[in-house]
Amino acid sequence: MSGLRDAFLSALVALGLFVPLVGLVTTPSDHGLHLVVRPVATAVVVGLVFVGRLAMLAWRGRTRRDAVKANRAFAERITRAGKYVTPVLLAAAVALPFTGSRYYIDLGTLVLTYIMLGWGLNIVVGLAGLLDLGYVAFYAVGAYSFAILAHTFGLGFWTCLPMAGLLAALWGIMLGFPVLRLRGDYLAIVTLAFGEIIRIVLINWVSLTNGPNGITDIPRPTLFGLAFSMDGGDGTVAGFLGIEPAVIQRIIFLYYVILGLALLTNWVTLRLRRMPLGRAWEALREDEVACRSLGINVTNTKLTAFAIGAFFGGFAGAFFATRQAFISPESFTFIESATVLAIVVLGGMGSQLGVALAAIIMIGGLEALRDFLSFLGDQMNNPVFAGIASELPLYRMLIFGLALVVMMVLRPRGLISGRTPSVAMTRPKEIAAELVAQGRG
Amino acid sequence: MDELCADKLGVDDVARVMLSVSNLTMRFGGLKAVDNLSFEARTGDITAVIGPNGAGKTTVFNCITGFYRPTGGSIALTHADGARFALERMPGHRIAATARVARTFQNIRLFAGMTVLENLLVAQHNVLMGATGFGILAVLGLGRYRAAEAAGIEKAKYWLDAIGLMSRADDPAGALPYGAQRRLEIARAMCIDPVMLCLDEPAAGLNPRESDELNHLLLRIRDGGCALLLIEHDMGVVMRISDHIVVLDHGKKISDGTPVEVRADPAVIAAYLGEGDEDEVPA
Amino acid sequence: MAYALQQLINGVTLGMIYGLIAVGYTMVYGIIGMINFAHGDVFMVGAFLSLIALLGLSALGITSVPLALALTLIFAAAIAALYGWTVERVAYRPLRGSFRLAPLISAIGMSITLQNFVQVSQGARVKPIEPVIPGGIQIMNQGGFTVQLSWMQIAIVVITLVILGIFTWLVTRTPLGRTMRACEQDLKMASLLGIDTDRTISLTFVIGAALAAVAGFLFLLYYGVIDFYIGFIAGIKAFTAAVLGGIGSLPGAVLGGLLIGLIEVFWSAYFSVEYKDVAAFSILIVVLIFLPTGILGRAEVEKV
Repeated sequence: MSGLRDAFLSALVALGLFVPLVGLVTTPSDHGLHLVVRPVATAVVVGLVFVGRLAMLAWRGRTRRDAVKANRAFAERITRAGKYVTPVLLAAAVALPFTGSRYYIDLGTLVLTYIMLGWGLNIVVGLAGLLDLGYVAFYAVGAYSFAILAHTFGLGFWTCLPMAGLLAALWGIMLGFPVLRLRGDYLAIVTLAFGEIIRIVLINWVSLTNGPNGITDIPRPTLFGLAFSMDGGDGTVAGFLGIEPAVIQRIIFLYYVILGLALLTNWVTLRLRRMPLGRAWEALREDEVACRSLGINVTNTKLTAFAIGAFFGGFAGAFFATRQAFISPESFTFIESATVLAIVVLGGMGSQLGVALAAIIMIGGLEALRDFLSFLGDQMNNPVFAGIASELPLYRMLIFGLALVVMMVLRPRGLISGRTPSVAMTRPKEIAAELVAQGRG
Repeated sequence: MDELCADKLGVDDVARVMLSVSNLTMRFGGLKAVDNLSFEARTGDITAVIGPNGAGKTTVFNCITGFYRPTGGSIALTHADGARFALERMPGHRIAATARVARTFQNIRLFAGMTVLENLLVAQHNVLMGATGFGILAVLGLGRYRAAEAAGIEKAKYWLDAIGLMSRADDPAGALPYGAQRRLEIARAMCIDPVMLCLDEPAAGLNPRESDELNHLLLRIRDGGCALLLIEHDMGVVMRISDHIVVLDHGKKISDGTPVEVRADPAVIAAYLGEGDEDEVPA
Repeated sequence: MAYALQQLINGVTLGMIYGLIAVGYTMVYGIIGMINFAHGDVFMVGAFLSLIALLGLSALGITSVPLALALTLIFAAAIAALYGWTVERVAYRPLRGSFRLAPLISAIGMSITLQNFVQVSQGARVKPIEPVIPGGIQIMNQGGFTVQLSWMQIAIVVITLVILGIFTWLVTRTPLGRTMRACEQDLKMASLLGIDTDRTISLTFVIGAALAAVAGFLFLLYYGVIDFYIGFIAGIKAFTAAVLGGIGSLPGAVLGGLLIGLIEVFWSAYFSVEYKDVAAFSILIVVLIFLPTGILGRAEVEKV
């Protein structure tokens, strides 16, 4: 009974929220805007809130303690399963191109790009505990460095890749040096501002970046100097191997390139975590004051995290540029930073496997949603849905936003929240999430 | 350093002087937390800084360890090899890294989400970092990192043994009982190989047995050649183990000497012991 | 001189709008220490609500401009307050006492949700309206350049000052304000003393959202055109303003808003329009380097 009352109140709130914005639509007409009334849509949305609230209450009918216990059991299960999940995922990643499906390989490449970005940002946010809301800036620096170097000096992908990484790291140091002593949310806004500055400069420095039109004809990567070209002559992969040239060969090659780059990021991170540098990052996240009392140069240590994170961001950017063969400032908006940060936090702050899973769920989910919505749109031939079918793709980001909220509410500590010690006398034991700090910087 | 002190101590003692605080003043806005304070601490001694609440003890510590920059005065530290450091001008991490002054905190500051062993290894950061070729070489498996880490773990083991936490080396520091956390914090500070260890109320919150264990640990550290400077409220601990006591009140030094001298000092009794704490002083 | 005076007028007007939004950021940050990323989008919702109310009132045949504006303002503030309340209740309250970054991501999710919700429900196209209060007064004429002070600008400054006056009274003189300040000092202690902290936090969001809606209303009237994306940019600027002024400080938020408004307008007037945001953000970075807690922020004393 109280559930019904609660749901009724929720519906009442929903009525207040949605009558103006869903029920009354500002529509252009001959003389300015006028309002169109949409009673059915409003009723549907309010009804959904009512039913949804009831369902939620029923689901929550279990006692709070049950929920906590279930949550912990889930965490333990997934952590224990982690040992087996990693090799399975890796094998699946290596085997994916053998499906031969261009769709899946493209999707895999996209997901891997985000995994790599997530792993790069994980160094900064997950390990060192520094809140960076402008990671996309380094992604952009990497992409534009490669594109500009390639165009100006005619350099290839593999020559430019390290340069793109180093330039991104340089920017990371230049930004980090003055601002890393700022605490917490001040650092967040400064990094956010930096991301925006880079984007605005990219739009307006037309002579260098070609402005909003972006840079086209960015060279593709080669395999030991052999190009993936359609003419199949000498100096191309197809010509060298004596096979028929096909676009899919390049797609597969790009897939393995990003897989390799992502694994490199992972490898370096895992190595560093077991080294004094990585341990100092984690110690910094736990307690900066204690670090200082132990003689650790806090600023330099933060700076290395920032620079190495930026370095891999630059790598990912260069890959993005070579894969698309076209870049424009539009690809480097705040939403990218937010998505990568969400991947890191949902993954569980510091867990490499968690980040990979989160990227698969979020990016894969987003793409699946796109397909699902367009499929749904196609099915709606019925004129009743005429207005909605064409609008369906717009619901994608709406659902994405809501999903972020729901995921955080359900798993505030991320998917894999425990911490594996970097060194052990006997046998490493997982450290409960409750003990691990998230950093203040 | 004033001559009066040197006279009183004799030549032998002057050679052993290690920390010399002179005319230290620390002002927060209008408040003088520390007022023209001078005292010395010698190697092989346990020097205690005591005083009522708000006397400025922790502020003195924060000045010595570089967390605050003093408003005035100087803090000189001399190593056994004669190297001298002006601590009042050094940043905090350099004081720990090169002047080798370690400290603990009033509210324990361990890396709670890291294991006991990791806590002790982080403390050896600068030594280990050097062995990794500053991070880059070791990633590639080069450098002499493996040997350095083994040595680091050996040192950690030594201190784990000393604080009786060997069996809990792989447990998260945050999961240890309170007394063990206190001891671990001391062991962690010792892992930077300090010449002087500053302890901020190490006995706070310990039960009598833990307090006793702590005394043994501190004496062991002193006999190992490390100077100890401690702030303490527990007069039992102070009187039993200190060689030298400095008494502060309202940021000023009101007494300075051996436990026996300090206990007899009327100024101290008036300011501090006179407030009903006599029963804590062992007869 | 005349040109500079005109820029000053424009800058103060814009700064007032930023200041109103910044107050919401700073209030929420002061109490629960989180960046309410969705706040800029509540501002945008407020602007849309104002637009809908204006159109609705004119459809209902209310022709008196002052009456229509007053009703619009009340309507937009009320419904936006409901949005603020709902956002807190749905996305932040379940995460209270949780880890630092979870509410931040939840807030970003809420921001994306609100933006796309308005895009889906109201369409992606820009929404222009006719000027509601046209005209103004000429202050001076110098060498062919006339300095204009429009009625709209006067209205913005007056409305902002009145609203901020009411708000200041609310925070400093009422029991509600006292509980808010108590929660800001120490949330746990406040709840131990019997303050309903959940209610106080909700009220903070409600008040912040209402102020943002006022800003949205003024924005709509001043620029005469809005779209679903205005919340993001205005939100970042206002957040920048709050940080510049010293986050947690209410006068700081208004001061920061004015500074950002002036920087933007003067930079556009004398250097380049394209880089006005770069100027604002760069000044933020420079200020924070020298004043790490903003202009009026309390210096954090590190307790060790």
